[in-house]
Amino acid sequence: MNSRDTILGRIRNAQVPASAGAMQKVATHLAQHPRGPLPPTADDLLECFKERALKLSSDVLEASDRMQVPVLLASYLGERKLPMRGVCWPSLASLPWSTAGVEMQSHPANNKDLVGVTGAFCAIAETGTLMLLSGAETPATTSLLPETHVAVLDPRRIVATMEDAWDMMRNEYGRPPRAVNFISGPSRTADIEQTVTLGAHGPYRVLLIIAPS
Amino acid sequence: MQNTSLQFKKQVTIKLADVKLQDALSRLQTRFVEGRSAVISEIHDLQETRTAAAEIRDRVLNDLEHWLLHFQQQATERGAIVHWAETGEDANRIVAEIAAQHGVRSAAKSKSMVSEECGLNDALELAGVKVMETDLGEYILQLAHEAPSHIVAPVVHKNKEDISDLFAEKHRLPRKTGIADLCREAREVLRPAFLNADMGISGGNFLVAETGSVLIVTNEGNGRLVTTLPRVHVAITGIEKVVPTLEDVSTLLRLLPRSATGQSITNYVSVLTGIKGPDDHDGPEHFHIILLDNGRSSLIGGEMQEMLRCIRCGACMNHCPVYQNIGGHAYGWVYPGPMGSILTPLLSGLEKSPDLPNASTFCGACAAVCPVKIPLPDLLRKLREKQMDQGMKSRRETSMLKAWAWLALHPAIYALATTIGARILGLLGGKKKLLHFLPGASGWTDGRDLPAPAGRTFRELYREEKRL
Repeated sequence: MNSRDTILGRIRNAQVPASAGAMQKVATHLAQHPRGPLPPTADDLLECFKERALKLSSDVLEASDRMQVPVLLASYLGERKLPMRGVCWPSLASLPWSTAGVEMQSHPANNKDLVGVTGAFCAIAETGTLMLLSGAETPATTSLLPETHVAVLDPRRIVATMEDAWDMMRNEYGRPPRAVNFISGPSRTADIEQTVTLGAHGPYRVLLIIAPS
Repeated sequence: MQNTSLQFKKQVTIKLADVKLQDALSRLQTRFVEGRSAVISEIHDLQETRTAAAEIRDRVLNDLEHWLLHFQQQATERGAIVHWAETGEDANRIVAEIAAQHGVRSAAKSKSMVSEECGLNDALELAGVKVMETDLGEYILQLAHEAPSHIVAPVVHKNKEDISDLFAEKHRLPRKTGIADLCREAREVLRPAFLNADMGISGGNFLVAETGSVLIVTNEGNGRLVTTLPRVHVAITGIEKVVPTLEDVSTLLRLLPRSATGQSITNYVSVLTGIKGPDDHDGPEHFHIILLDNGRSSLIGGEMQEMLRCIRCGACMNHCPVYQNIGGHAYGWVYPGPMGSILTPLLSGLEKSPDLPNASTFCGACAAVCPVKIPLPDLLRKLREKQMDQGMKSRRETSMLKAWAWLALHPAIYALATTIGARILGLLGGKKKLLHFLPGASGWTDGRDLPAPAGRTFRELYREEKRL
């Protein structure tokens, strides 16, 4: 007998004899995937999202449209004396980066890239969180390896709760991609003397540019 | 990890006298206890959410076989390979085999308490795999050859001077004193380990049955790095960590970070499903999920099953007056505090940790803060009863309890005995009404004075009051 059968056999013997309905109950719960108690929905999702994101130490800028994103990024990087170059997801490559003075390349981030620009699948107002889905056109490293992560977010894709985000993913993709990442501000650690320090192994800063597409 | 719980009492004495540790533990109280209290109220209906969370965990535990099977089926469909390990040694052997199969020479690891349970690092080193812990706290412990003293904040027992000294010695770089500088130094030293590792090892906070995903909750970003960059990813977790759906996991995610570190959400929540797609630029080519039993299945269907609801937030230890005074190392194994005082005896034997079920004042703070409503004091009491039933108590304790029981059943003699006792102790207490020494109670009087009785018993006072 292999380990799986031994472990499962022990569980089976200990539990109330499985009724014929047990498997059905599992299937029903999976099919219905009921929601638990939810937080009250904010009146203004954008305002709620912004407020929560700032609380998590993300920086937030608003643009009137996507063409404005490069100029906003250029001034953000300039103010902080950060390098005016980075890498972005392919979907953002056509923005007027060079006009704004930003040298932007479209490839997945590697260890040398200091600024990574991504989109976001959606954002969750409840906690001020970005939800990114990995894929060929949406590499996960771009939001992870650079010291500065910039996410361009369409305000119409801000949802109220995690549950809304999962439903959006089910509707558009059917099932989760290899990696779904919730990102809530810059990476941090409080391991030394329980003192929060921003910038552990991931980005030191996260800039959210909210721009309708 | 070696269980040294038998040394509990000796360790307690040492820890209580450790000034640096006491200082460190007071920080934990400010940051985690006050932090939790500040954000837990964000949850609109906390009690309803806790009840829902307990029900989610019970739903799985009451039919663990089917939920595990569904998880395995979904995970396999997406290209992951699920392994079942009965013991820690089995898990270590499986990971070593995976490493050999893929020609792995080096592994980068994010924090996993289950791997501590197995002693995985030592086993892999023996198999010729260089393992690098990458969670800052775990990395510090690896450098110092120490065990974690808290399941969420593993290095809570060290202060920044300790860490400055350790880094200066091990990194051979100029000694840094600021916390931010220490963190940056660790980041720079560890970055190559992520980039060069053949294998990433992570734990798993939850296993989502609906999608066959492993969910990990992290702050530093090292969990994302070890599950994104290396070509092989091994996730190791306990069989009880299954959660039915993404909705169910959302309910638990509202409670876990708030209860653990006082965060509304951790920086990263990663839901990892299957392997890298054909056009993907990142992600592992091989994804192995190891489900560890190590005694957990023996709790199913029994009176201790509720312990398996645990989501490892650490709130019970943060709020425990015993943990707050002795820290995690005294408990002698991976899991300290109230949850550890139950899990350690259950998973590694009551006879090896006889003091742990008794390391509680039954104040109830742990149960009050537990996000999945585990009745921790009740479970501790059940373990004490088991010790009594199995004759594991010392003869002295047993005979004293028997004497007490006999007295309690004979009210007249009880009244006489307590009246005499109260008189004598009252006299011994003197003007200050304090006892510096009492035969048979040195465990108390060695560390502090025992308040002396007023000289009269409750019954006497009650009779007097009634006459007035």
